[in-house]
Amino acid sequence: MIEVRSLTKYYGDFPAVEDISFDVKKGEILGFLGPNGSGKTTTMRILTGYLPPSSGTARIAGYDVVDHSLDARRHIGYLPETVPLYTDMTVRDYLDFQGTLRGMDQARRRKRIDEVVGVCRLGEYRDSHIGKLSKGYRQRVGLAQALLHEPDVLILDEPTIGIDPRQVVETRQLIKSFGGDHTVVISSHILPEVSMVCERVLIINEGQVVAIDRPENLSNRLGGTERIHLEVRGPVKEVMGVLRGMKGVQEVTNEGGDSLARYTVECRPGRDLRAEMAEALVSRGWGLLGLQAAGMSLEEIFLKLTTEDQA
Amino acid sequence: MRNTMAIAKREVRTYFTSPIAYVVTAVFLVVTGYFFAADLLTRQMANLRGFLSPGSFVLLLVTPLLTMRLFAEEQKLGTLELLLTNPVRDIEVVMGKYLGSLFTLLVMLVLTLYYPLLLRMFGDPDLGPILTGYLGLFLLGSAMIAVGLLASSVTANQIVAAVLGLGILILLWVVGSVGTAGALGSLLDYVALPRHFTDFTLGVIDTKSVVYYLSVAAAFVFLTARSLEMRRWR
Repeated sequence: MIEVRSLTKYYGDFPAVEDISFDVKKGEILGFLGPNGSGKTTTMRILTGYLPPSSGTARIAGYDVVDHSLDARRHIGYLPETVPLYTDMTVRDYLDFQGTLRGMDQARRRKRIDEVVGVCRLGEYRDSHIGKLSKGYRQRVGLAQALLHEPDVLILDEPTIGIDPRQVVETRQLIKSFGGDHTVVISSHILPEVSMVCERVLIINEGQVVAIDRPENLSNRLGGTERIHLEVRGPVKEVMGVLRGMKGVQEVTNEGGDSLARYTVECRPGRDLRAEMAEALVSRGWGLLGLQAAGMSLEEIFLKLTTEDQA
Repeated sequence: MRNTMAIAKREVRTYFTSPIAYVVTAVFLVVTGYFFAADLLTRQMANLRGFLSPGSFVLLLVTPLLTMRLFAEEQKLGTLELLLTNPVRDIEVVMGKYLGSLFTLLVMLVLTLYYPLLLRMFGDPDLGPILTGYLGLFLLGSAMIAVGLLASSVTANQIVAAVLGLGILILLWVVGSVGTAGALGSLLDYVALPRHFTDFTLGVIDTKSVVYYLSVAAAFVFLTARSLEMRRWR
């Protein structure tokens, strides 16, 4: 649905985005992850036809965003980061205006406005002036206008920024529900959000793609294992034997003696071994004094990827 | 066309839901009303010259205030990004904003119709010069709004847009009065805004003048579309 090939954008001499390529399949939710100023917004602006690329191509639903800009734009619903809405209009008038510009006839506009107002839970505010709405509700209006014309592709730039935590959770669920019907690209610098909502993650730093994969594969690929720290009072050799014998454990290191030793257990991600370990150790009469998971989170992966060059 | 009309409608609504249109119209009515009344009282003649000539100059002062927000405000608020990522052509956006502004100007001019109405009630004015005078004001205003539109498209600051628009308009106003002789002189005289207006106040519709105002309007609308395009490529 989205094909991006060697996309590059210079602002003067400064490369905001350099040689980015990726594909997004129909119905997929892709997360753009990167620190501020990494090129997320620039890439989205190119996809939506707001900015032309310096070189490279991008296609939306088969239409080149430069050569067939209007056709490409017809297939996109876009929510910019700042949620820029006309504050002097009511929600209904604004949606009607956006619908007209997207070539929807009056009957379809009416029907769809009712639908998106329902989906985005704006019911009681449909005749309120946008300027009087809180940030969270404006965000919903922004989402509503993006959904209005049932676009194949939704491009949402930091859709949960600046709204209160309860609304963040609701918005995430909403976005997750868009997958399947819509192809969704969201950007975020909140890592758990991306791993929660997205099927694939594209990590971007200083204008370049650092990694693109499923969240769980990313941790695998980086040799990312989940680590568990243990403090055990018991015979070191035997404890090591028991730990190593457990399914999913890859490596065990230790320091200290029989009276108290610290163990670091590396295990394959995806399975929580803590309960099993505690059971195994305690049932043998050893003293389990500490147990803590120190799994490699997406956060660590992200830091590792985006700081590798400097390291 | 549908897109252009939708955008024009939104512009008109914005004008009349914010104080801008009301303040600008009120100022225009007060100032031109003063000229009209003063001229009428001193000269006791049932014609609109006391309104039309100063009116054209007041128009020069108020149109940049009317047009300054058109693009500058949207750039500042970021709404331009959503507007331009809709499946609409740049020229449709430009024309929509132009027509919205032009309609507001038309409303302003219609409100001055009570000047000729007063004349008609208490005297026997020659309707010819009055009608052509209004046509002249409207054409002049059409050109001026296009100039202001361009000025608004190059900045995100409304004050800068207003000053820039006013600067271009003043330049176009005075360019003919430098008194240069020869071909250059007559060219500058032709380019100047007020020169063509005089005919209209005398009851004459000169095709050359109509073409002149329409060309200025078209040229600046076109330049505005280019200016939007440039923004994208910058």
